[in-house]
Amino acid sequence: MAVPTRPAASTPPLPPLPLPRSPGGRQGKPPKKRRVNESVRTWRLTDRIGYVMMWAAGLLLCAIGIGILVYMAFKGLQYLRPDLLFSSPTADVDQSKSGGFLDPLLGTVLITLIGITIATPIAIAAATWIVEYGRPTWLARLIDSGIEIIAGTPDIVIALFGLVLFQQGIFGWMSFTAAGGAVFGRSFLTAGAMMSLIALPMVFAATREGLQSIPAHVREASYALGKTKAATIRRVLLPSVKANISTGAALGMGRIAGDTAIIVVLLGASLTLDPEGSVPGLNVLKGTGGTLTSYVYNNSPAGEGNAPQKAYAAAFVLLLIVLALNFAVDLIARSGAKTGLETSRLGAR
Amino acid sequence: MIDPHESTARQQHVTSEPANGVMPPPVRRITLDRQPTVALPPSQDAVAIANAGDRSLAAAARPARGIAGPERMTIDGLSVYYGDNHAVKNVSLPIRQGEVLALIGPSGCGKTTLLRTLNRLTELTGSARREGLITLDGEDIDSLEVTEHRRRVSMVFQQPNPFPMSVFDNVAYALREQGSKRPKKKVLEPYVVDALQRAGLYDEVSSNLDHPALRLSGGQQQRLCIARALAARPEVLLMDEPCSALDPKSTNVIEELIVELRKELAIVIVTHNLQQAYRVGDHVAFMYLGDLVEYGPTDQVFDNPQAARTRDYIGGAFG
Ligand SMILES: Nc1ncnc2c1ncn2[C@@H]1O[C@H](COP(=O)(O)OP(=O)(O)OP(=O)(O)O)[C@@H](O)[C@H]1O
Ligand SMILES: [Mg+2]
Repeated sequence: MAVPTRPAASTPPLPPLPLPRSPGGRQGKPPKKRRVNESVRTWRLTDRIGYVMMWAAGLLLCAIGIGILVYMAFKGLQYLRPDLLFSSPTADVDQSKSGGFLDPLLGTVLITLIGITIATPIAIAAATWIVEYGRPTWLARLIDSGIEIIAGTPDIVIALFGLVLFQQGIFGWMSFTAAGGAVFGRSFLTAGAMMSLIALPMVFAATREGLQSIPAHVREASYALGKTKAATIRRVLLPSVKANISTGAALGMGRIAGDTAIIVVLLGASLTLDPEGSVPGLNVLKGTGGTLTSYVYNNSPAGEGNAPQKAYAAAFVLLLIVLALNFAVDLIARSGAKTGLETSRLGAR
Repeated sequence: MIDPHESTARQQHVTSEPANGVMPPPVRRITLDRQPTVALPPSQDAVAIANAGDRSLAAAARPARGIAGPERMTIDGLSVYYGDNHAVKNVSLPIRQGEVLALIGPSGCGKTTLLRTLNRLTELTGSARREGLITLDGEDIDSLEVTEHRRRVSMVFQQPNPFPMSVFDNVAYALREQGSKRPKKKVLEPYVVDALQRAGLYDEVSSNLDHPALRLSGGQQQRLCIARALAARPEVLLMDEPCSALDPKSTNVIEELIVELRKELAIVIVTHNLQQAYRVGDHVAFMYLGDLVEYGPTDQVFDNPQAARTRDYIGGAFG
């Protein structure tokens, strides 16, 4: 293609731009030695302050993180004994008699599993629909806003909403129903259902982002082989975003494990698991209980405060669980990169 | 009066945008130079230049033309619109078994659109509308179930696009039922191996069929895509600039493959590389702004083009 030549003859070459000397030389002194690398000494004062502040911010966050970890490890390990993990708590003002936190530990695991089990399929379905179908557009936008609202709602509000909802008669099967027909509304099932709302936006966002980053020609390649849209989604698209889904799920599990408001409002935040009914398995799900978060709260000086040492130990265990989940996120992300998926996506951008 | 060169140059400006929101293809601008003595348009991709150097353009160096078999597909009065944009205008072409049809023309003239229409991929574009008749073995393609039709008319894209799974699974995916995991690996193995062999890739990947396909080189990935397209035993193979992202060596391998494959298939290849069209094409169709300007046997189109536009486009490319 003929590039139009610059009308060089008509415009004389521009004189060099009268740039100010290097800012370090504001006092009129040029730096003594020419350096190969850019030197901070040549920077403006404001730039230097900004630079120092960036460093300081990073170091501060690092220090806070390590501080929490070290303090919790110090306090926690001081009081943590293996038998605490394997014995049920009992109510007693004497710390030596108040048992361990087996029940809250089980409660955390149980509520996390229930929440994520409900959240993941719904989030994947919603994300897949939005990215792969998304018609009519107004409905897609509506769903998007709905999930944004859920993500932005404080957990205590979700908890209260859940309590009102699950005290309705039709949800009677999910929790304890009193003789008069009043539905209690608090159980692992109801709390887990509301917990799923905490995790859902994270799984949704991760899945959607993964699907959106798959280039259109990958889908077309599948269609061109005579595959249906359904087959393409199941065999190509969803397997491609497995790592994204796992990352979102692990993040969501961390959020569930660390939530307190829903536990207090919807699970009863009791010391032990209190099964309801006689069907084994279901009775635990229908019953109330507590988790590590509510245990820490109840036993800390802020709560009834009768076992602060155990609160520290439990808090440390909780911290370890959440850290392990975060570590899992990293691991998944890295193994995703190993399959070459990440690089291909980067290349496609 | 409008200078044809001028209008072409302008038209290239318009269509240098990525066509369908996918990704911008690698730089491969086609230019119409005023001087007919220029051997190749200056910005022709490296492949062409490299090939022009090490390959004689004499007809002797070129593989013998294929023997035309029965007509597999017929395009009759095909028009494709994207909204108001008339991208393909009243094109009629035969596609015969046993030969390669090379589609050439400046950027944006509707080659990809034509190709995608043949296996009904244009239907995925909301704004696209089609007129005219396309038949496959005498049957109107609209009357065929679309997934069945696409299995019979397979496509290889410009960008190598293996699925993010193992080499084996990429090929097996084409063979398996919709979304099902059956038949099992054991049953499929000979078919997968056969497809990889036909695509000339098997020797390179035989020891690591379980490796992720995205770890292969670009040329290997493209041959994997060809293997995948061949696995379902299509009757027609559509190739949209299959070598434009590849180095000269991989290009050679794929060109040899095309010449080999045409014995059993009808092949339509879109290319910006005139040398390549000359080497692999048995018939050449030259498109310009959506019109089919010229269609004929390769030697005739290159040596003795009938239309002035064709002469301008091919002009000088072969001395
Ligand atoms: N998905 C789409 N939506 C709207 N218009 C499109 C779409 N794809 C192609 N077009 C238009 O159709 C015309 C033909 O495009 P096409 O991609 O078929 O050209 P091409 O000959 O393959 O060009 P190139 O050589 O650059 O690949 C162009 O004007 C383009 O803008
Ligand atoms: Mg094209």
